[in-house]
Amino acid sequence: MDAKYDLNDDSVVVIIGSGAGGGTLANELSQKNIKVVVLEAGKRFGIGDFINDEWDSFVQLAWSDMRTTSGSWRVHRDFPNIPAWIVKAVGGSTVHWAGASLRFQEHEFKARSAYGAIQGASLLDWPITLQELEPYYAKAEDKMGVTRTNGIPGLPGNNNFKVMAAGATKVGYKGVHTGRMAINSQPRDGRGACQQIGFCFQGCLSGAKWSTLYTEIPKGEETGKLEVRPESHVAQIEHDAGGKVTGVVYFDKGGQQQRQKARAVCVAGNSIETPRLLLLSQSSKFPNGLANSSGQVGRNYMRHMTGSVYAVFDRPVHMWRGTTMAGIVTDESAHNPKRGFVGGYELETLSLGLPFMAAFLDPGAWGREFTSALDGYENMAGMWLVGEDMPQESNRITLDPTAKDKWGLPVASVHFDDHPNDVAMRNHAYKAGTAVYEAVGATRAFPTPPYPSTHNLGTCRMSENPRDGVCNKFGQTHDLKNLFISDGSQFTTGGAENPTLTIVSLAIRQADYIAEQMGKNAI
Amino acid sequence: MDQSRADRLDRRQFLAGVGTAALIISGTAVIHTNEAWGVEVKNLKPETMRTLIKMARDIYPHDRVADRFYAIAMKSYDAKAGTDPQTKTTVEQGVAQLDALARKQHGVAYVDVGWEAERVALLRQMQGEAFFQSVRGGLVVSLYNQKEVWPSFGYEGESASRGGYIKRGFDDIAWL
Repeated sequence: MDAKYDLNDDSVVVIIGSGAGGGTLANELSQKNIKVVVLEAGKRFGIGDFINDEWDSFVQLAWSDMRTTSGSWRVHRDFPNIPAWIVKAVGGSTVHWAGASLRFQEHEFKARSAYGAIQGASLLDWPITLQELEPYYAKAEDKMGVTRTNGIPGLPGNNNFKVMAAGATKVGYKGVHTGRMAINSQPRDGRGACQQIGFCFQGCLSGAKWSTLYTEIPKGEETGKLEVRPESHVAQIEHDAGGKVTGVVYFDKGGQQQRQKARAVCVAGNSIETPRLLLLSQSSKFPNGLANSSGQVGRNYMRHMTGSVYAVFDRPVHMWRGTTMAGIVTDESAHNPKRGFVGGYELETLSLGLPFMAAFLDPGAWGREFTSALDGYENMAGMWLVGEDMPQESNRITLDPTAKDKWGLPVASVHFDDHPNDVAMRNHAYKAGTAVYEAVGATRAFPTPPYPSTHNLGTCRMSENPRDGVCNKFGQTHDLKNLFISDGSQFTTGGAENPTLTIVSLAIRQADYIAEQMGKNAI
Repeated sequence: MDQSRADRLDRRQFLAGVGTAALIISGTAVIHTNEAWGVEVKNLKPETMRTLIKMARDIYPHDRVADRFYAIAMKSYDAKAGTDPQTKTTVEQGVAQLDALARKQHGVAYVDVGWEAERVALLRQMQGEAFFQSVRGGLVVSLYNQKEVWPSFGYEGESASRGGYIKRGFDDIAWL
C-alpha cells in the first residue's frame, strides 16, 4: 500500500528525483522501514505508454525545459537549448537508458594518482576504492539482473553486434561480447526476456530492461513506506539557523507551491538539475548556494568522451533490429598512455532510427554528401564510443543570468569545452572504430560528433578533503550533514564505463549509511 | 508538425494544357503533373510554395523519394504563414531573395535554374541566413519523420506490435 505523508511530517526523508540514484535509494530506504517521499518533476507513465517512435517518444519523455549552453562543444552550436538528452518522468533516465552495466576499473577510482597531473584537468582520487564498492556492485548487479553476472547468460547478438564482432575480431580485439546488460536474457524478477524490439531509448515496451519505474519504485511502495509524488518540481531546499536542512519548497501538479518538511534531503536530479537546485537554494547563511563552501558546486561537469562511428556496407545490416547496445569491445578501456592520452574508452553497439540519424549524423549538414549517407541507412552499422573525459573546473553548471523557467527560476546554463585529452581519445576512437568496420568491408565510414549528453556527471563531486569537493564518500555534503547527493553528480571522475551501475551501487551504499546515521540520531 | 498528405487532385483537372515541367501553378495550387497531386496554397503565394518544394529536394536530395514527400514536408509553412505573420514575411522575403540571386546569376527564377549543382550553389550563398536555417532545420524533421518515406530507406519503424524482431530477423545477417 502506498504511503501518504503530511507536508508537516518532518520525520520523512525527501528524495528529489526517481532515476537510477533516487529511485534505488527510495526503495532501499523504504525496505529499511524508513519513511520516504520522492518528489519527481516528471509524469508517471506505465510500460504500455511507451512509443516506438523517436520524435514522439522524445516529446513524451525528454527533459525539454529550457536550458542554455556555452563553450566550444558542438552541441552548443547545433542544439543550444538541449545540452543533455535525459528523461523527465518517474524512473528518470533509467526509462531510456541502454542498459550497459559495467563496473569501474580499480585505477579509475584513483585517477589523479594513476594519471598524474594533467594540465587543465582537476583530477582527484575518489575517497573510496573499488574494493569498498565491490560488495555494492554485486548487490546492484543482482538487483538489476545484469547479464554475465549471477549466472545470467548474455543476450543474443543482433545484426549490428555481428558486424562489430566480426570486424573487431579481425583487427585482433579479444574483449568482444554482447555486454553486461541490465536487460533480461531470460525471465527474471517478474519481468520477461528481451523481445529484440529495438527502441531501447524510447522506453522498453516489454519491461525486460531494468528501470526504477517498474522495479525499485513499486517495490518500495509495497512496503507502505514510500510515497512518490510525480509532477512535483522542487524549487528550493530550506535550512535552519544551525545549518540543518529542514525541508523543500516545490511546485505541485497544479502549480501550487508546497513545503514538505524533512529529516534529511537527498538530491538526485541528474548532474545539471542537482547543482542548479543547490545554487537556487542560496540563503544569507549560504550566499553561494547550499553545500558550496568549496565553490565546487556545478564545477567539473563531465559528459564522457563520446562520439559514434557509423559505416555503410555493400549489403544490408538492419542495425536497428534488436537490443540497441548489446555489444561491446573492451580492449581500449585500459589506461595505456602510449596511445597519446590517459584513461580508456569502450566501443559499444548503437543504432539510431532514420529520423534521429538524419538529425544527429552530422547536424546542420545538407546536400548530397549528407543524403547519400542516409541512402545507405539499411546497409549501415553503428557503434558508440564512450570513454573517460577530464574533469575541468571551468566546465560547469551555473544559473543563467537572464533565462527563467515557467516558475520564474533561473535556468541552468551548461558550459563545456573538450580537454585536449578528450580530443586525442576521440580521434583515436574514431580510427579504431573505423578500422573495425573496414576490416569487414565498409565502403564508407562516418565519424559522428557527440550527441546531447546522456552521461552527465561530476558537478557535486565527492572528495576526501571538504575543500576539493561537495560531498564525502557517502554522498553526504561536507557542509550540511542531513543533505545528500544521490546521483552521478557525486562522481569524482568519470571512468570509461557507462555510469548507471555505479550510481545504483552508490545509492545502495548510501542507504546503509543514512539508516545507520539515523539509527545513531546523528542526522 | 503537419503530416497530412498533400491534397490529391483529380488527374482530369489538369491533364489538358500542362507542359513538361513537373511542378506547375494553377490558380492557387501547386500541381505535380507526373505524380498526380496538388497542394492548395492559402497564405503564401503558390509560386513561393513551388520554390520551397524545389528547395527542399535540393537541400536533402534522395532520388528514390518522390516529390510529394517534399511537398508534405513543406506544406506546413502555408498553415504557419496563416497564423504567424513573421513566418509569412520570412518565407516570402527569403524566396524573393533566392529568386533575385538566381535571376542575377542565371537570368531565371530559382525553380527554372536547370542543374541541381547550380541551384545548390545558390543555396550555399544563402545558408547563413535565418531563412535557410529555418527551412533546413524544419525539414530535417518534417521530411525524415514521415512514416511513408521510411520504406525508401529500408527503415522498418515500430516493432513492438509485431513482437519485436526476436522471430523476425534480429540476427539474420548472412554475408559476414
